[in-house]
Amino acid sequence: MKFMEKLSRRRFLKSGLAATAAATVIKNTDSKASGNFEGYPDGMGVLVDLTRCVGCRSCEAACNKEQGLPEPEKPFNDFSVFDELHHGQKRRTDETAYTVVNRFDMPDFDHPIFKKFQCNHCNEPACLTSCFVNAYTKTPEGAVIYNADVCVGCRTCMIACPFYVPTFKYSSAFSPRIMKCIFCYDTRLKLGKAPACVEVCPQEALSFGKRSDCISMGRQRIRQNPGKYVDHIYGEHEVGGTSWMYISSVDFDKVGMDTTLPKEPILNSVKDFLAIVPMVLTIWPALFTGFHLLATLKDKVMEMEMEEKRKEKEGQA
Amino acid sequence: MKLFTNERPDIPISNHHKEDGTQWTIKEKLLLGLSVQDYWKQFFRNPVNWLMIIICSIGIPLLLGRYIFGLGWVTHASNDYPWGLFLGFGLFGMVPLSASGFLLGTTVELFGRKDFKSIERLALLNGLLGYFFAVLFLEVDLGMWWRLPYPMVVSLGPASVLFLVAWHVATYLSVQIAEVLPAFFEWCGWLKGKRIIRKFVLGLTVAGIILSTLHQGALGALFTYAPAKVHPLWLSTNFQWIHFFCSSIFAGLSMVIIASTLIRNFMGWRCDDTFKNNLDYVTVGMAKGASFAMITYLIIKIVAVAHDQEWSYLLTGWGSYYMLELGVGVVLPMCMFAVGIRNNWLKLIRIAAFITALGIIWNRINTSLICFNWQMYQEIPHWKEVWITITLYSIYFMTYRFIVYRLPIVYGWQDGK
Repeated sequence: MKFMEKLSRRRFLKSGLAATAAATVIKNTDSKASGNFEGYPDGMGVLVDLTRCVGCRSCEAACNKEQGLPEPEKPFNDFSVFDELHHGQKRRTDETAYTVVNRFDMPDFDHPIFKKFQCNHCNEPACLTSCFVNAYTKTPEGAVIYNADVCVGCRTCMIACPFYVPTFKYSSAFSPRIMKCIFCYDTRLKLGKAPACVEVCPQEALSFGKRSDCISMGRQRIRQNPGKYVDHIYGEHEVGGTSWMYISSVDFDKVGMDTTLPKEPILNSVKDFLAIVPMVLTIWPALFTGFHLLATLKDKVMEMEMEEKRKEKEGQA
Repeated sequence: MKLFTNERPDIPISNHHKEDGTQWTIKEKLLLGLSVQDYWKQFFRNPVNWLMIIICSIGIPLLLGRYIFGLGWVTHASNDYPWGLFLGFGLFGMVPLSASGFLLGTTVELFGRKDFKSIERLALLNGLLGYFFAVLFLEVDLGMWWRLPYPMVVSLGPASVLFLVAWHVATYLSVQIAEVLPAFFEWCGWLKGKRIIRKFVLGLTVAGIILSTLHQGALGALFTYAPAKVHPLWLSTNFQWIHFFCSSIFAGLSMVIIASTLIRNFMGWRCDDTFKNNLDYVTVGMAKGASFAMITYLIIKIVAVAHDQEWSYLLTGWGSYYMLELGVGVVLPMCMFAVGIRNNWLKLIRIAAFITALGIIWNRINTSLICFNWQMYQEIPHWKEVWITITLYSIYFMTYRFIVYRLPIVYGWQDGK
């Protein structure tokens, strides 16, 4: 009896130790992969200062040339595009334009506000995490790039992107693809150069630099010009932080930016489901086979009883 | 067909041998034992076929046009609404209605409810065809449709929800083919195949439950990628997968009730007595199952609203629409099921099943289209997109009928068990 007790205690200690060890190991890996990624330390970014943009559209033109996009219907010095509405919406990016500038008339101001828009290059991009063929990559330089060679064209990235950035080349039957801003990765960013739109901006509304420096710069401008800016850098924390960020003199929802976006990456709202997948895969087979055994128990018992009776009869005979 | 079956005792074909003892050939079996002329005669006598011909004569050229001129030719090419009817109806709507295969597979094979045996094959076939056509809908919608196997072999993104959907639908489709094969083997007389499958039935059924739980859920979880786009009432990031999974249970059961009702009424000649005599009993049984799933669904819907603190949304216009959807699509048929089961009113149950199926399609289209981008504008699908969707659904209908006409689905094959 004593021996038994000892053994069970030892066993108890042993298993306890093993469990602790396992917990430590699991905890370690957990904290590494828990989705608190705040961007590559040397990732580049751009700070867009809406107070400086005058709506000259030269960034649009530069982007069009740099990326070899088709010539637009209206030339880039035609400002009537600011009045265009599609389904009551202002212009948006599409398969012919990776960036667009929109005008927002402000009743309280004597001048309108212009907003340039393009891919914000999230730290933890929703397009990337939702893609089932890994067509997207977040490069250490900060760009979110796309590989058309593996893309299947399911357009889930377009569903997932909280900024409505990726667009699809619907016009093509044989070589459709996603069209989106890639931070001029191939031609400029990789070589340490600023993207074409930043370089061409005559107002210095766009400032290119390390993402961390862009945040400091934004804070500095807000601090040094009391009353001029809204005290918020859009993109510092939105959906886990983006490489492109904005400062503005008006509330961001007045210039068509979604201020209701969550602070964590989009992926976090999907994790609840992803967590149940391994559980279902491992628990269901045992559970349902168990149900089967229970459900057919009666038949089994009846069969055994019959067998016994048969044997009894044989024995009697 | 009814006319012929009255005149000739040897058809409908339900065994390998003709009256005179010779064997039916495969061609004769395909023609239902009729001569080619008679076959076409019965084909054109049926007004439904004329409707199908009209739909397809416009729809098939449109479908070809989509592959020649691109998706932009048949849809509005919207970048705000990347998913239209092909996925909203074809994938998100068809898949829950096809949950029937795993539901009755589980009931009969796993829980040992042999009293539902007579409807099992129809449920399995309904599941198989629904999934198969959901994949066809996907093939219309995918930009690079020729790369369908890419997520399996070329470039893997295993952390994505769609990756799960792709793998589970693919494996489950294979499981369902295996489950329906015995009927095909009986029909063509290769009994060895049937015996082989018989050995794996339990494994296949368990695999069916796992895969169904996960990908019915995953279809819902796909929308958790868009927490800022789908209206909060239609999206609960914590419970979305349970909502989709749970609603697929009563959707699948209702679809079997609908299919069996149509088959009994319009294909009575094909059903055998076992099927006909058991039908009312199994219909009531399935209605019971469906109503349990519905009350569960309603409760977790309310839990989701409470969990996300969305009560105030219920007082808005969207809230009324939400309650209308739940009221007409779930509460009404649930009460009809309850009354029908209590009083054994089969007609009421069958109407309720029909409403339930429409309610589920409504819910899926709401989630993927109507309440998607709720703060933006409303996308109305292009007429070509609508027509192609109807065309594919008609082809689904005809394939379904083609198989039920021939394979031992609603009748038992008479020789060679």
